[in-house]
Amino acid sequence: MSATLSSVRPTSFDAAAFEQFLATRTEPAWATDLRRRAFEAYRESLVTELDPEEWKRVDIRAFRPEKFSIPAASTSTGAVETLLADRAEFAGAVSHSDGTCTRATLSDKWAQQGVLLGNLSDLIQTHGDILKPHLMTRAVKPDADRFSAWHGAFWTGGTVLYVPRNVEVNEPLYSLIGLGAEAAADFSHTLIILEEGASATLLEETSSASADATGVHVGAVELLLAPRSNLRYVQLQNWNDKVWHFAHQVGRVEADAYLQWTVGGLGARLAHIHQEVFLDGRGASAEVNGVTFATDKQLISYYTQQTHNAPNTRSDLLYKDVVRDKARCIWRGMIKVAKDAQRTDGYQRNDGLIMSDTCRVDAIPGLEIEADDVRCTHGATCGRVDEEQLFYCMCRGLTRSEAMHVIVEGFFQRVYDRIPVEIVRETLGHAVERKLGIGG
Amino acid sequence: MSSLLKITDLHVSVDDKPILKGVSLEIRQGEVHALMGPNGSGKSTLAYTLVGHPKYEITGGSIEIDGVNVNELDPCERARKGLFLAFQYPVTIPGVKVADFLRHAVTNIRTPNRKEGEGLIPMREFRKELKERMEELGMDIEFARRYLNEGFSGGEKKRMEILQLAMLQPKFAILDETDSGLDSDAVRVVSEGLRKLSGPQMGSLIITHHERLLEYNVPQFTHVILAGRIVETGDASLAHELHNHGYTAVRERHPAEAAEEEERQAKAKKAVGVGV
Ligand SMILES: Nc1ncnc2c1ncn2[C@@H]1O[C@H](COP(=O)(O)OP(=O)(O)OP(=O)(O)O)[C@@H](O)[C@H]1O
Ligand SMILES: [Mg+2]
Repeated sequence: MSATLSSVRPTSFDAAAFEQFLATRTEPAWATDLRRRAFEAYRESLVTELDPEEWKRVDIRAFRPEKFSIPAASTSTGAVETLLADRAEFAGAVSHSDGTCTRATLSDKWAQQGVLLGNLSDLIQTHGDILKPHLMTRAVKPDADRFSAWHGAFWTGGTVLYVPRNVEVNEPLYSLIGLGAEAAADFSHTLIILEEGASATLLEETSSASADATGVHVGAVELLLAPRSNLRYVQLQNWNDKVWHFAHQVGRVEADAYLQWTVGGLGARLAHIHQEVFLDGRGASAEVNGVTFATDKQLISYYTQQTHNAPNTRSDLLYKDVVRDKARCIWRGMIKVAKDAQRTDGYQRNDGLIMSDTCRVDAIPGLEIEADDVRCTHGATCGRVDEEQLFYCMCRGLTRSEAMHVIVEGFFQRVYDRIPVEIVRETLGHAVERKLGIGG
Repeated sequence: MSSLLKITDLHVSVDDKPILKGVSLEIRQGEVHALMGPNGSGKSTLAYTLVGHPKYEITGGSIEIDGVNVNELDPCERARKGLFLAFQYPVTIPGVKVADFLRHAVTNIRTPNRKEGEGLIPMREFRKELKERMEELGMDIEFARRYLNEGFSGGEKKRMEILQLAMLQPKFAILDETDSGLDSDAVRVVSEGLRKLSGPQMGSLIITHHERLLEYNVPQFTHVILAGRIVETGDASLAHELHNHGYTAVRERHPAEAAEEEERQAKAKKAVGVGV
């Protein structure tokens, strides 16, 4: 456990606050240098426009960064409600609350084989040599945009998983990012490094301790898969509907490695996720699954890219979004194929289901292909709940609302079918039920 | 006392176009009725109207179950009162497993006051029952795990309708051409299945163009519908006659309805621009 944060409480994110923040950190010089470069990029990014291609449909004018600050220390008592924590026996778990690590465990079985699972703030001191080549250099780069820069300057901790060569961790691991304090800014970082031939499953969720505390999450996820490695990573975003969620999430997949990545978007007032998968080595493959359910006035937005940099690579993205009330879901997808990434197989698809007259789904797929021998397909569908399906269900004794719910759950089933981890399927199903207002 | 489904002078329109023009019919639990009539005469319209399809607007007359008017009830409420329709064209519900769907349906029909979210019938009990019914209908138990009607063949869909009928045990079952699109083995299975399900607890209205289903389920009453009106009612021999000789004689006996039918067909042709 770490106690690297003193009682200094930056009131905003200007240069003085940054210096104050740095003074509270205990970390190697290279990490501080990285932060300084990130902070510079952040200052510059504030006066440049956000990429309109990515942001034009996402209105963040109501977002006021100065209203949020990094909490001094965890004030909540760990009473964060979780969806996943009690569903399985995890071989290791890391929990963060208000940016501070409150728990980090890993069973001896895996620790003895050199697996690391813990808090970034600690591991950067004890295992800096392992983290340095990966942390914010290959996947999420601080100068990518305003939010990645902001994150790079102010990250406070987060979950690190490192699996050495040929170690196959065949029990799931767990990570929790919790927010409790009012107006808290969370800068948790998730870093997963798999060496050659390694494999692991990490299930991560974000959750609020209270239903009405405001907050912001400026997160980064970096998934680094060496050749022949195999990672299943799940992130279930389940903040309360007062939290702003900005996340830059990148996976880099080397030769013959396989990434299976599932994102669940349930919470947040506004969520924008920039998600990129790079297929960097021959034979690399990635499957990306998305389950989004937005209600009330929520806006959940994704900007996804599948970039094929090597031949014989495969990517397969399937997102399913359900919106209700006045909610809105935006998906902008892109498959990019580099010139020499021949025999690439790329697929992307987003299906939207609309439950009321006042909600909306915008799904825009896209392709940028420079190689000539490829197979890339994309698609987007969007529609209302089908009246004939509702009628049929009602003829079998289901009320209109129950029929609607059964149809919505069926709509998500296609994605669930692709998720091999049973507890994830169950958890998503359960979370959707709860949001629908049924079940316990 | 056996229940009564009473249809009185029912007038129904679709998109403001009158289709049924005064249909009256009484079906008691335990009775088998056949409803026959040429294409487009209004059979499916009657079936959909009975179970409450929102597109079919009742412009006059009433549907009553045991003296209670159900005109204003939605399809769910009518189903819980014991009405069941085996669809001519069953609907696919993507991603919803047959077993899960039926468990909801069975629970609701057996506990008509159930609210959403309240407990479902115990899994073990339900599974056992489902398995038994599927075996009786010669269905592979694997179907229980498939998504409802997704990728089913025409015959498999019809069998699924009969399975639902078997599980829900309605007071009144309307079967809309459940025997069409089936190979002869499947017609036999479905016909036998229906016979087993019939009994003093179920009244049925069998809509069919074929005779096989009626051989296994001999109707006490055969009704002939023409241009939205029931023009004749007889016994099983009427069904036999219609099957052998078609509707020519019926049209001759009811020239007014026959003329209406012809007029409607001419209009429909004009509307799609054929046969100028
Ligand atoms: N949903 C609808 N929208 C428009 N017209 C309809 C609709 N349903 C029925 N009709 C019209 O009502 C008339 C009766 O149709 P219905 O389906 O009841 O006939 P049917 O007796 O079941 O015929 P079939 O033997 O071909 O099944 C037809 O002219 C049909 O086009
Ligand atoms: Mg019909």
